[in-house]
Amino acid sequence: MITTKSARVMIHVFLLLFGIVWIYPFVWMVFSSLKTNKEFLTSGTKLIPEDFQWQNYSEAWITANFSGYFWNTVIFTVSTVIIVIVLSSLTGYALGRIDFPGKKTIMICVVAIMFIPKGYTIIPLFKLVNAMGLDNSILGIIVAESSGAHVLFILMFASFFANLPKSIEEAAEIDGAGVLTIFTKVMLPLSMPIVATTAIMQFIWTWSSFLVPLVLTISKPELRTLAVGMENFVQTYAVDFSGMAAGATISLLPVMIIFIIMQRYFIEGVAGAVKS
Amino acid sequence: MANNLELSQKSTSKDTSNLKTLQKRKAIWAYIFLAPQIIVFFIFSAYPIVMSYVYSFYEWSGIGPLNDFIGLANYQQLLTSERFWNSALVSIYYILGTTVLGVGGALILAIILNDQKLKSKGFYRAIYFLPVVTTTAIVGIIIGSIFGINGFFNQLLVDFNIIDKPIPWLTDPVLAVIILIVIGSWKGLGINMVYWLAGLQSIPNELYESAQLDGAGFWATLRHVTLPLLKPIAAVIILLSLVSGINAFDLVKTLTNGGPNFATETMDLFIYNYAFSSQLGGGQVRMGYASAAGVLLGLFTFVISMVFGAASFGKQIIKLKGNKKKKGGVKAL
Repeated sequence: MITTKSARVMIHVFLLLFGIVWIYPFVWMVFSSLKTNKEFLTSGTKLIPEDFQWQNYSEAWITANFSGYFWNTVIFTVSTVIIVIVLSSLTGYALGRIDFPGKKTIMICVVAIMFIPKGYTIIPLFKLVNAMGLDNSILGIIVAESSGAHVLFILMFASFFANLPKSIEEAAEIDGAGVLTIFTKVMLPLSMPIVATTAIMQFIWTWSSFLVPLVLTISKPELRTLAVGMENFVQTYAVDFSGMAAGATISLLPVMIIFIIMQRYFIEGVAGAVKS
Repeated sequence: MANNLELSQKSTSKDTSNLKTLQKRKAIWAYIFLAPQIIVFFIFSAYPIVMSYVYSFYEWSGIGPLNDFIGLANYQQLLTSERFWNSALVSIYYILGTTVLGVGGALILAIILNDQKLKSKGFYRAIYFLPVVTTTAIVGIIIGSIFGINGFFNQLLVDFNIIDKPIPWLTDPVLAVIILIVIGSWKGLGINMVYWLAGLQSIPNELYESAQLDGAGFWATLRHVTLPLLKPIAAVIILLSLVSGINAFDLVKTLTNGGPNFATETMDLFIYNYAFSSQLGGGQVRMGYASAAGVLLGLFTFVISMVFGAASFGKQIIKLKGNKKKKGGVKAL
């Protein structure tokens, strides 16, 4: 569309400069985490620290308990991802591949769920988790986060399974395989692209989740995730700026690295979501 | 159905009963597959949705039994509360601001990145998408530090002699709302860019080629080919942006916490403050009052989705029906 060479160079210059501004907050965060607190306040706009203060990380990790927050977040995120994949692949398979009475009703319900005005469900959810006695374990946050119908993922699985050729099942049926065997041995492995997309999208959502863990760990500091722990850290140690930056880097770097490695899956998943 | 019947009459009765039991067994498996999702849904989604309405009719601190039924009093109080209306207004500013900036900016970026001859597209796409994957609550804290009174941004402006003294970005009521909108747009722009790119890539290349043959320049092609063809997906993108703007909690809570003096309190932060923070909720926890505000927020979301969703989802339902007819046809054969 754009033909002249100078226009092309201009576009690259614009995209690069703007791109640097775009991700500068993260660059700033990483370098600030390696300054002393004094340097943080006095070095002005200078980016690179005099001496790299790596001990900021060990302090955040051990003293400020970011190790605890980190592992809580890992357990919370991985469990949620697994539960969501199991629930939505099973539901998607039943809806996309099997004919049964009442299917239409369920399909309509799945779509209708998106449109119901939900109210402020975190209050009943909070009460429910407490009533079930899950308020003292990380299980409570996991259950609250992975519950609900993941309409997008269900529809993705359903349309994937619906479009597989009939012969796949027939071959397995002739070999005497039951529905469960066909699902676990044949269908689920075939749906790996959908599983991967679901996994990475749910991973990033859950890693970033804030309200659910914030509310459910109000009186349980030992169960806090990174996002919640970070908010608390800032309120407790308001003047430890480089510690704040170190904690933020610990929290953000894992998702950023996973995104950079798997960006194809993620961007394609997002694009596919809006297309359907 | 008629075809099926004929078929079964022709085949032996043994085959039919086998087929029937096989189908019955399959149907049973379908229910087994659906059961976990349905059970989880009723306990952790349907029940909370119903209860969020029930609570809204009570005066309830969240502790002890639910026994102080007050009818619509919570709603009456909300609708006459200046703080509630202010939070609704802040939410509307935020929703509209992030949609205009985030969706509009993303379209410009997507059109640039959709140029087939542009090199290192994937690299730029990844850079502009990066903020999307980061934890909003953490970003709020980082940005809060950058835009603090002695923060990086003020120092930069002073160093370049653009300003004489630091600007109170986050403690001035108007500036703070603007910062929230700018950061919210920055954070969400990448996802809108990918949506737009998906839309742009669905436009067949021949259309561009024939436009070129007709002598249409870049702007004419954009105006008469690209933008009209993006209309259906635009409705979806705008809807998604509007709805995601309603959930500004993570950013607002960590960046301004509603301050100064509730000037940047959005509706979802208003609800949180009344439900979980006695300090910011007027001295006591009021879960009934917060629930009533939650119901109003839910209705607000519902109205937005209906108005903007009608265009795009109407078409989708027609498509779904078409697909089902096709499948039905195959089965009958």
